[in-house]
Amino acid sequence: MSSRRSRSRQSSGSRITDDQIIDLVSKLQQLIPELRGRRSDRVSASKVLQETCNYIRNLHREVDGLSDRLSQLLASADTDSDQAAIIRSLLME
Amino acid sequence: MDLHNLNPSSLKSRFTTRFLRALTEINARKPIASSSSPREIFQRYRRIKDAADTSMAYSVRSRRTWSKATLWRLRTPSHRRRLASFGRRSSLNKTRTTTTASHRGAVVVQITSRGGGLGVQLEELRELVPGGEAMDLCNLLDETAHYIKCLTTQVQVMRTIANLYSLE
Repeated sequence: MSSRRSRSRQSSGSRITDDQIIDLVSKLQQLIPELRGRRSDRVSASKVLQETCNYIRNLHREVDGLSDRLSQLLASADTDSDQAAIIRSLLME
Repeated sequence: MDLHNLNPSSLKSRFTTRFLRALTEINARKPIASSSSPREIFQRYRRIKDAADTSMAYSVRSRRTWSKATLWRLRTPSHRRRLASFGRRSSLNKTRTTTTASHRGAVVVQITSRGGGLGVQLEELRELVPGGEAMDLCNLLDETAHYIKCLTTQVQVMRTIANLYSLE
């Protein structure tokens, strides 16, 4: 992965450069739908981190909701025969 | 549909296969009648959620701190976890980093270890990312990016499965 650069600099006394941080923060920014595409010098690191936390919380909530939905649906589903169909349609995107 | 684009070794397909297998096991273990008690439904919800998180943690190609922390959390009984995290937290302060503000005008970064600046959001982030409390800043940001990518894949697949099942 791309993190080899930052990982190789990690020893307990090493100074982390601002460039590394700026780089990582703007990489994060691109992953967040709210902030994607905005120029990174217009968005503060604080905002990126705040939106990151919100986004992760939303994703957790979605996982919860979907698990709940699946637990209701599984009751009436015939999983074996559906599996092949599901896999096929999921992987053909 | 272009079959040549099928990537059987992608994160998405690894997760899908694992998770579907887990769902079948969960269903086989205790087939739920439509007259299940709320408690049974809750237990099943928990099992499904844990199966999803576990499947994703197993599906990553190179093991990350967050994926290891997820698996550890789901497999270690809580009393042993509490003892372990006590030891971890007391050595935390050594790994905090301090950098000064950049003068370049781009993203101005001012990171202090406690309070002020980005301290509060970093603390929040550490709680949201599995294993975050023990990561130094660079690793935290890097792991967060990877964690988000995996979470979005997880949600996408779970939603597709739920939609397909609800078509019946």
